[in-house]
Amino acid sequence: MGEFNVHRVRFFNYVPSGIRCVAYNNQSNRLAVSRTDGTVEIYNLSANYFQEKFFPGHESRATEALCWAKGQRLFSAGLNGEIIEYDLQALNIKYAMDAFGGPIWSMAASPSGSQLLIGCEDGSVKLFQIIPDKIQFERNFDRQKSRILSLSWHPSGTHIAAGSIDYISVFDVKSGSAIHKMLVDRQYMNVSKRKCIIWGVAFLSDGTVISVDSAGKVQFWDSATGTLVKNHLIANADVQSIAVSDQEDSFVVGTAEGTIFHFQLVSVTSSSSEKQWVRTKPFQHHTHDVRTVAHSPTALISGGTDTHLVIRPLMEKVEVKNYDAALRKITFPHRRLISCSKKRQLLLFQFSHHLDLWRLGSTVATGKHGDTLPLSKDADHLLHLKTKGPENIICSCISPCGSWIAYSTASRFFLYRLNYEHDSISLQRVSKMPAFLRSALQILFSEDSTKLFVASNQGSLHVIRLLEGSFKHLHTFQPQSGTVESMCLLAVSPDGNWLAASGTSAGVHVYNVKRLKLHCTVPAYNFPVTALAIAPNTNNLVIAHSDQQIFEYSIPDKQYTEWSRTVQKQGFHHLWLQRDTPITHISFHPKRPMYILVHDAYMFCIIDKSLPLPNDKTLLYNPLPPTNESDVIRRRTAHAFKISKIYKPLLFMDLLDERTLVAVERPLDDIIAQLPPPIKKKKFGT
Amino acid sequence: MAALEEEFTLSAVPLGAGPDGLLGVEQSDKTDQFLVTDSGRTVILYKVSDQKPLGSWSVKQGQIITCPAVCNFQTGEYIVVHDHKVLRLWNNEDVNLDKVFKATLSAEVYRIHSIQGTEPLVLFKEGAVCGLEALLAEPQQKIETVISDEEVIKWTKFFMVFRHPVLIFITEKHGNYFAYVQMFNSRILSKYTLLLGQEEKSVIQSFTASVDRKFISLMSLSSDGCIYETLIPIHPSDPGKSQKVVRSLVLKTVVSGNARNGVALTILDQDHIAVLGPPLPASKECLSIWNTKFQTLQISKELPQGTSGQLWYYGENLFMLHGKFLTVIPYKCEVSSLAGALGKLKHSQDPGTHSMSHFVNWETSQGHGFESQNSEPSKRILRRRKSETSVEPEVPASKQLLSTIKKDSEKHIEVELRKFLAIKRTPDFHTVIGDIVMGLLGRWKTEPSFYPRNSLMQLIQTHVLSYSLCPGLMEVALEKTDVQMLQLCLQQFPDIPEAVTCACLKIFLSIGDDILQKADVNMESVSAYSDAVQDEHMEEQSEILQNGFNPEEDNCDTCDKELSEKSQDTLETTLCPVIPKKAALLNAILRSAYSETFLLPHLKDIPAQHITLFLQYLYFLYLKCSENATMTLPGIHPPTLNQIMDWICLLLDANFTVVVMIPEAKRLLLSLYKFVKSQICICSELNKIEVSFRELQKLSQEKNNRELYSIEVLELF
Repeated sequence: MGEFNVHRVRFFNYVPSGIRCVAYNNQSNRLAVSRTDGTVEIYNLSANYFQEKFFPGHESRATEALCWAKGQRLFSAGLNGEIIEYDLQALNIKYAMDAFGGPIWSMAASPSGSQLLIGCEDGSVKLFQIIPDKIQFERNFDRQKSRILSLSWHPSGTHIAAGSIDYISVFDVKSGSAIHKMLVDRQYMNVSKRKCIIWGVAFLSDGTVISVDSAGKVQFWDSATGTLVKNHLIANADVQSIAVSDQEDSFVVGTAEGTIFHFQLVSVTSSSSEKQWVRTKPFQHHTHDVRTVAHSPTALISGGTDTHLVIRPLMEKVEVKNYDAALRKITFPHRRLISCSKKRQLLLFQFSHHLDLWRLGSTVATGKHGDTLPLSKDADHLLHLKTKGPENIICSCISPCGSWIAYSTASRFFLYRLNYEHDSISLQRVSKMPAFLRSALQILFSEDSTKLFVASNQGSLHVIRLLEGSFKHLHTFQPQSGTVESMCLLAVSPDGNWLAASGTSAGVHVYNVKRLKLHCTVPAYNFPVTALAIAPNTNNLVIAHSDQQIFEYSIPDKQYTEWSRTVQKQGFHHLWLQRDTPITHISFHPKRPMYILVHDAYMFCIIDKSLPLPNDKTLLYNPLPPTNESDVIRRRTAHAFKISKIYKPLLFMDLLDERTLVAVERPLDDIIAQLPPPIKKKKFGT
Repeated sequence: MAALEEEFTLSAVPLGAGPDGLLGVEQSDKTDQFLVTDSGRTVILYKVSDQKPLGSWSVKQGQIITCPAVCNFQTGEYIVVHDHKVLRLWNNEDVNLDKVFKATLSAEVYRIHSIQGTEPLVLFKEGAVCGLEALLAEPQQKIETVISDEEVIKWTKFFMVFRHPVLIFITEKHGNYFAYVQMFNSRILSKYTLLLGQEEKSVIQSFTASVDRKFISLMSLSSDGCIYETLIPIHPSDPGKSQKVVRSLVLKTVVSGNARNGVALTILDQDHIAVLGPPLPASKECLSIWNTKFQTLQISKELPQGTSGQLWYYGENLFMLHGKFLTVIPYKCEVSSLAGALGKLKHSQDPGTHSMSHFVNWETSQGHGFESQNSEPSKRILRRRKSETSVEPEVPASKQLLSTIKKDSEKHIEVELRKFLAIKRTPDFHTVIGDIVMGLLGRWKTEPSFYPRNSLMQLIQTHVLSYSLCPGLMEVALEKTDVQMLQLCLQQFPDIPEAVTCACLKIFLSIGDDILQKADVNMESVSAYSDAVQDEHMEEQSEILQNGFNPEEDNCDTCDKELSEKSQDTLETTLCPVIPKKAALLNAILRSAYSETFLLPHLKDIPAQHITLFLQYLYFLYLKCSENATMTLPGIHPPTLNQIMDWICLLLDANFTVVVMIPEAKRLLLSLYKFVKSQICICSELNKIEVSFRELQKLSQEKNNRELYSIEVLELF
């Protein structure tokens, strides 16, 4: 296959934001996750846990609560006092509405999904009616003394439980008055703490209220009498979250020590039908606070300050070993944050509020496999570009020639022209962007940097011609009538004739850029697209899906290529299909058309289409053969997938030229080092 | 893949469907709401997702509805025809059909068609087509006759083709079929003769059609059970002239040729059709989904109560009369893809269809871990199924055993129990075992001579019992001073109350060695040092405390001196103070779970000399522990160092004032003080090491940070 010089880059100091809320939607098997910077992500649990949508964050929008209502509608509320509804089709915010109760700490949708309840800083609980396209304030419940930190509906919708500081209130929904006030013991390990914060409540259909609090207790209350029934002291720190399964036979709580505990309703004796809540399983998948948990029918889902989203399947609910039976830890976004200018060897890193531009170093030395070469020039940090305003960056791109940078936030689009003079660099903003260029989901430059393609969140694709220092709008591809789905992935052919675009669920559309019309649509596939690219010369479109399938589609012939058919007939290697991160980038070898480079977070692979495909009996991850092994054996065991797991976690990889690769790694230790320290547990001499 | 979902009936009451079934099911202007017209006098509006009717309207007695009610999508009104000529228009608010708008027409209506985006069309029995607006403006206008005398309209459908309404209807005359295509805007009517080909004598039983850009694809289900397709051009090349169209075979024998009842088909999408009818001559009726492209049966659902041979398809729902009830079967079809068509779908492909490996399942069993760990993982699912099926016969088995317990002899019970335990376990096995124990104890209470020791031991060894499942058991064993059973209980039960633990401890400490020699005690926790303890002295003590602590450097010079002076006595303490059997029993106590708060008050009740003895034993264990670097005791399931330390602390906490007064305990206390001190030293040293390690880690991280960028050579083979 050959030797490559690999630029191994570890200076992309990206730190994901901590997870604040997760909300599971049983109907669509999707998971909404909100982070501390206000970002909301949607994971499709049926599509191999792919992060299929995201809503960019905002500095002033700290999300404190997230819930699904009325089937597929997603709401969030936060400390700026606003309730926000998200448009899952157009991928923007439908509306934000001030609840006039100060910061909102909690939110819960009614069991029927038609009402929304929020708990505010000023101690008010407000009921909203969910009407088509809007929500409408209905009324206030009896005002409480302090902030309402948690809310839960009784499954019949007649009562609610609200957790505050030091007590839990039970309200009658009809009258809006508090019928019980259950005081929580402040004592903690015989030491009286100042306050006991009720971080979470859950109302069961038999009238039991389960509360979790800052003193490390899980308590069971009888809501009819307002009395404490049972008390489990499970942690020395706060218990911060609770989620109950739909059947109400199990629930999960998360603690500030990073542990989650599973409780199950287990029968005590055979003679009586009496069942008891038993703490059955502890799991320690987090190092920091577990801020939020969710309970899907088959798994426990947790997230917290350590930025990992952990999906822990309940083994007794899983019969077959497949995707769903494996523990998932999702740390990195399933989209690309890095773009690269091959010509000038530049890397553009995207952060939530700034962009960094680096120039790669160089070397004159050569070496053999495994050597680290001495640098003749180190990598340079060229540019630090801060965004204006509080909004997070959605996407960014640097042109292949390196002289244009474009990025977009939720309301503004920015285009910059870069001038290089010897070692200095000057930046000039292209002003007067047209009104239609307000927000982009994906930006792409053509290979010769003369055209800019922008996928806006109304489903349309804009084509813009770039001239020296200015631009001209050429055309807009409108979405197919009746669809409002936004395009999230773009790919342009190196000759600039074809543009491929893919949304979250519909198929991939291929446009003819010369004639400015839709050329064809690739047959739809059940799983979302994770990466797209068009090969040079052949104009074959390579598509990677979240179930780890790869298709190659010939754009001129409007059909799948022979190779793709062969692959589908034979099937991928089972280990290939068991990988748990999606392919996020595809690129091609400039000299050898048979090579396709793909990578996910834990490996990269050069697919050599001329070699036979591996079957389930062959070794997929080839260890490097010893040097003295004869060529014959090597040729016999060779297969099309050349996989390397040297660089991980791998956020980006591309071929700069035929002999040079660039790999951007983000070691997990570096991320942990930047997180706040976890609760210290004494190991010795307790 | 096409998939049929769970069916549901729309109404609980049977519809007034005649022998020919319903007149029709039509869409209304709201999605999810459908107008159902029965063959009598009633029109009902159903909301499908709620499975309930929203409204019902009937014509007067004596009148009869002759044409299914439809909805005018432009106005939201409903239209129905009764007695062939009388048109009724009404709204949702109207209650009585008698009082709503009425128009009497001059000719008999065959059907009214209404689809989204255009005004409804009225098709008369003579073949004329008229827009509703024009008709209502002048109801008595003359209607021309289009088809010949003996021609009868068999089937009709209405399409929108590029915003132009197109109506197709099929007529029959003496076994010949004709298709008429009426372009409503241009008023062009084309007539086609359907050539049946070789199957001349077959009768067409059902039609369905879909529309393409240029053609209407007419599918027909013939009496020979085959489906044929006929392509009829929308824009005729030569209008006015009668043309002939041939049909081609699409699917062969999808239903039995001579079906008694009617059969029906409907096009679902480009590639899929639904067929209603019996697939074999003798079989019951089925709803089947066929893929016409690949000629494959996608899914089929049996409808045992028979159907009326009518099938409607709107949106995602298939409607049919199943028995006497209107049934809705939601239908879904994911778009075919290459991977799907080649049969390389995720599930069939997945090599991971092996079953799961072992895991603890709290819902079915608690801690029967040992056996299932050894069992083959692949057998797991099988076995579970088996055990589930055997639930029913098993309940009587346990009942039977319980009745045996009530009256039979000890020996017999033992035999029965062994039989019972040999049977496969059920999910509620632990509770059943609990019941059996309670049964045995219940009998013991009434007749004290009955003490089924062997049976009880056997039951405890099932590993599923806990204290709360059989609360009386340990009390009985205590009463009988049955140390073997107590040891077993302490080893097996996770939830023994502290009072009981303490009672056990009291018995273990006070029981005479001679009695103990006769008892059969499990010695595995002391096996490794039981031989040695009797006579062997520990070696040099300085070696013992090497872990971060050197007694030489200790500040407690005085006590050190005192100890070294009496080194002879110190050595005495390294002799095991109890006999091995007692040691094994005490180990069982040490290993059981407890909560400090609840245990302390009970410890106060133990006599002072027993406390001293126990402390001596614990001290001995500690010294034994310190012998090796890992600070563990040899043997199987020995107490851990932490357990030993905790117990020492507990005993001292509870009885310090007493112990301090006993002269013989003084030296022991001194050595204990020393070793607690050494423990503190070790811990502080460990904490120091931990901090140093953390600093080292930070340093190494910083070192890594410097390697933020490098160029490396990689060769791929």
